Amino acid sequence: MKDNQNDTAQNKNIPRWGLGGWWKIVAVLLLTYTLYFGLMGTVPRRAILNESIRNVYFHVPMWFAMIAMLTTSLVYAIKYLRTNDLQYDLKSVEFTNVAILLGILGCATGSLWASVTWGDPWPSDPKLNSVAISMLMYFAYLILRGSFDDEQRRARISAVYNILAYAVFIPLIFILPRLTDSLHPGNGGNPAFSELDMDNQMRRIFYPAVIGWGLLGTWMATVRVRVRMLEEQAD
Amino acid sequence: MQELRTLIGKEITLEWRQRYALNGMLLYIVSTVFVCYLSFKLKANQLTPITWNTLFWIIILFTAVNAISKSFTQERAGRLLYYYTIASPQGIILSKIIYNSGLMLVLSLTGFGFYAFVMGNPVGDLWMYLVTIFLSSIGFASSLTMVAGIASKAENNGALMAILSFPVIIPMLLMVMKLAKNALDGLDRGSSSEEVMILLALDAIVVSLSLILFPYLWRS
Repeated sequence: MKDNQNDTAQNKNIPRWGLGGWWKIVAVLLLTYTLYFGLMGTVPRRAILNESIRNVYFHVPMWFAMIAMLTTSLVYAIKYLRTNDLQYDLKSVEFTNVAILLGILGCATGSLWASVTWGDPWPSDPKLNSVAISMLMYFAYLILRGSFDDEQRRARISAVYNILAYAVFIPLIFILPRLTDSLHPGNGGNPAFSELDMDNQMRRIFYPAVIGWGLLGTWMATVRVRVRMLEEQAD
Repeated sequence: MQELRTLIGKEITLEWRQRYALNGMLLYIVSTVFVCYLSFKLKANQLTPITWNTLFWIIILFTAVNAISKSFTQERAGRLLYYYTIASPQGIILSKIIYNSGLMLVLSLTGFGFYAFVMGNPVGDLWMYLVTIFLSSIGFASSLTMVAGIASKAENNGALMAILSFPVIIPMLLMVMKLAKNALDGLDRGSSSEEVMILLALDAIVVSLSLILFPYLWRS
């Protein structure tokens, strides 16, 4: 009986997207494609940006993937509150962990880019500061989780905070930077990439990169969820 | 409605019975302002309006976090349980938000009065500044009440309250500071309407989220 339960728990854990693991192969292929053509393909010549425009294939998709991971985490938090099933809590926290990792990578690639084009690895820019605040918020989420012993209680309260944090995260990222002057494209009256800098050649690499990073993030999260579940079974 | 009124009445009675807490908060803000005054005394004439404004809002931020963090901890767990059996969770969180807004309004107005008294008052448009204080009281109270509820469920909630609330309150704080800066410079009121709208929108988001999420929180 117990084994049976474990089996179903494990099976539910694997996202049922049709053919089992095909999307993992797609992720590897897309990222290989992005890496190769992102570094070797032709890019438009722009003043200041020069070759650093290739960072569009890495920096921007990482943020997109982070937002997707946080949204998934939010969905699982809501699901947890509706069902009280600890599985969803586990998924919620692991997607947040991956999102934080992607966020750190996004910050690193961004500050590399900023030091080349804006002359400062961390210019005072509303979007950067918003992102720093959101990272603080999700670190606080992890600390909050650490302060509970009881699993159900931890799950419920961190789910509540997760939803609250997401509700602050969205205005921070999408609304506030657009109101003030920002160095980022698409903010503070600057044109977005799509209008000026991206040509179709770049789009052919950019969109696969977004999907690739998103899939890789999901893959990482599912692996972590599996490991955690196995650990719990072992206990 | 009746329930809400009773609950708010309960909060006020409770505060009045434990007057030392309220007096403590008032003393906290007054002494913080006084420390700032002493620290800047020699350079008071060099204090730019921006510094003046920022300093004031940082004082208010810390006061708010301190004042509101006690809203779930000053009552014993047993009594909270009792409230939960006789009142709806929405009523409880809403009454706490309204009560905390009032509390913050009192604290920040006192703070502002004393701050302007000792640090000088460079405000250009006083009414607009008071409106900003009013909006900020509602905003801080609504976002911090929910966070206080979350933090009160954990052990060691003093430190946790600060960690959880600062990031959550920053967007609101930035908007408030911007609005206050406009009022400080005596800008045309129409130019601040966008900030007011955003503040109200943020308030609406946080209050509706609190109403939705608090029922899940209190069960634990």
